[in-house]
Amino acid sequence: MAVTLEDVKRVANLARIEISNDEAHTTLDQITGIFSLIEQMELVDTSTVIPMSHAQGVEQRLRKDEVTEIDQHELFQSQAPKTEAKLYLVPKVIE
Amino acid sequence: MFNSSLNQLSTLLSTKKVSSVELTKDFLRNIEILNKEYNAFITVNEELSLDQARIADAMIASGEGNPLTGIPIAHKDIFCAKGWLTTCGSRMLSNFVSPYDAHVIELFNKAGTVNIGKTNMDEFAMGSSNETSFYGPVKNPWDILSVPGGSSGGSACAVAARMAPAATGTDTGGSIRQPASLCGVSGIKPTYGLVSRYGMIAFASSLDQGGPIAKSAADLALMLNVMVGFDARDSTSLQHENEDYTRDLERPIEGLRIGLPKEYFAEGLSDDVSRAVDAAVAEYSKLGAKIVEVSLPNTKLSIPVYYVLAPAEASSNLSRFDGVRYGHRSEEYTNLDDMYLKSRTQGFGAEVKRRILIGTYVLSHGYYDAYYIKAQKLRRLIAQDFTEAFKQCDIIMGPTSPSVAFDLGEKNNDPLQMYLSDAYTAAASLAGLPGMSIPVGFGKKSRPVGLHIIGNYFSEAKILNVANQFQQVTDWHTKMPDIKNSK
Repeated sequence: MAVTLEDVKRVANLARIEISNDEAHTTLDQITGIFSLIEQMELVDTSTVIPMSHAQGVEQRLRKDEVTEIDQHELFQSQAPKTEAKLYLVPKVIE
Repeated sequence: MFNSSLNQLSTLLSTKKVSSVELTKDFLRNIEILNKEYNAFITVNEELSLDQARIADAMIASGEGNPLTGIPIAHKDIFCAKGWLTTCGSRMLSNFVSPYDAHVIELFNKAGTVNIGKTNMDEFAMGSSNETSFYGPVKNPWDILSVPGGSSGGSACAVAARMAPAATGTDTGGSIRQPASLCGVSGIKPTYGLVSRYGMIAFASSLDQGGPIAKSAADLALMLNVMVGFDARDSTSLQHENEDYTRDLERPIEGLRIGLPKEYFAEGLSDDVSRAVDAAVAEYSKLGAKIVEVSLPNTKLSIPVYYVLAPAEASSNLSRFDGVRYGHRSEEYTNLDDMYLKSRTQGFGAEVKRRILIGTYVLSHGYYDAYYIKAQKLRRLIAQDFTEAFKQCDIIMGPTSPSVAFDLGEKNNDPLQMYLSDAYTAAASLAGLPGMSIPVGFGKKSRPVGLHIIGNYFSEAKILNVANQFQQVTDWHTKMPDIKNSK
C-alpha cells in the first residue's frame, strides 16, 4: 500500500491544509520512509486479537442529564476572532 | 536555595525563613537572567506569579499551608491556566489567553503553589527535541549545542538550569521521560488515567498523560500527591483511591527483582548510554536487588504502532482548530472553506502538518482497519508483553533514550530518525504503564544519561521507592550544569 502523490494531496484537502506541489513531493518522501516502518505491522498475525484503546478497559461513564455548566459566553467569546450578538462570525455560506 | 529540595523549600517557608514572595522573586530573577540563553519559558508573568505568592504567604500565615504551598512551579504551556497565554508551542494558539484552568492547574492552585511561568515545548507536544516549537528551540543547559529532548523540553531545562524547583510536563510517547533523561533530571509519567486531561491541550487522547519533572524522586512524589486525582470532566480519568506517593520512599529494596528486557540492550543502543545504565544496574545489585533477563518480544513494533495511533488521534483532535471560536484566523480569505484552509495552513508548523496528514491518511476510507485497528490490536500484544514480563520481575529497567542528547538541527530534516528516539519509551505509553527516568551518569561530550524505570499499573509509589533508594546512595541527581550568574 504505497502512498502516492495523489494520496498526499487528497488527505491534505481532507485535513484542510494547503500544500504546494513541491511540499507535496517532500511530504511524500518523508511519509514513505515512515510508512516503510509502519508496514512492519503487517508481519504479525492479529486475527484473534481484540483491539485495545484503554489499558484498564474502562467504560464510558454516564451522568444525570442536568445542567452542570454556567453560561460564560462573554468570557469564552473574548478569545474569538469575530463575534456579533453573542454569535461567532464566519464568512457567509448561504446567499 | 536554587539547589534545595521541595521539602527543604517547604521548611524554609513554613518556618518563615523565607516568604513565597521572596522565593518567587528569586526564581523570576533567575529566569530573567538565564532564559535569554535557554529559551525554556514562553511566558513569564511577574504580576500573576506574585499575586499567587501573596495568597500563599497568607495561607502559610493562617496555618492553612500544604507541603507545596508557596513553592514556584513551572507549567508546560500545554496546560490551560486562566488569564495566562497558553500557546501549546504553536502559532495557532499564539493569541490564546485561557479563560479557564486545567484540572492540574486547579489542583496546584488549591495546594497554594505559584505558577512561575509557562514552559516551551514542541508544537502540540509533537516532537522529541523541542525544535518544532513556534517559539524556537530550547537549549540543553548541559551543552547549549544539544537539544533538551521533547516535547516537555522547556520543563526539563527549567529544572536542570534551576529556573524552577519543579515543573509539570506531559508524556504521550516519552515526552516527560526523554527530556528528563537528556537534561539530567528526574521525571515520571504515571499510569494512564491518573492525571486528568481536562484543560491539557489534546494530542493523542488515548496516550496523553500529565506528570512531573523535578530534581529527585522524593520531589516527584510530592508533586504527584498534588497532580493525581479523579476528574469527571475527563472521560478516561480513573476512579482510583488517593495515595500518598511518599509512603514507600525509604523502604529498602533488598530482594527486588529487576527485569532487564533483552530487546532494550540490543542494536541501536549507544555504547556510552549502555555503560552508564550497566553501572546503575550494578549499583542496584549492591543494594540487594536481583537482576533477571526478561523479554518484550514486540518492542520493535512500538514505534510503528505509536506512529499510527498518535497521528490518527492527533488529526482528529486538531480538527477543532478552525479559526472560528479561538486561536489563529487568517487575515485574508475568500469564503468559509478558504478561511479554514488558510488559518490552519498558517497556524500549524511542518511537523504538526506532517502528523495530521499521516493521521488523516490512516483514518481515511478503506485504510481504517488496515492501520488504526491493526495498530490497536498490536497495542494489546505490546501490553501483554509487559504483563508476562512482570510475572518474572517487580520492576523493569533499561535506557530511557538510545543516545545522549543529539545536536540541535541533527535530526531536523529526518523525521524517521527523530521518531526512533522514542524507541524505549513508546511501549510503556502504549501499554498505559507508569514510567520514570532518573539521571545515572554521563556519556559522550559529558551529556547526561537517564535510566528508564517501568513499573506495573498503579505502582508509582514503588517506582519512586526504587528511584529514591538509588538516589540515597549516589549523587548523579545532585549534579547540575555549569550555569553562570546562578547562585
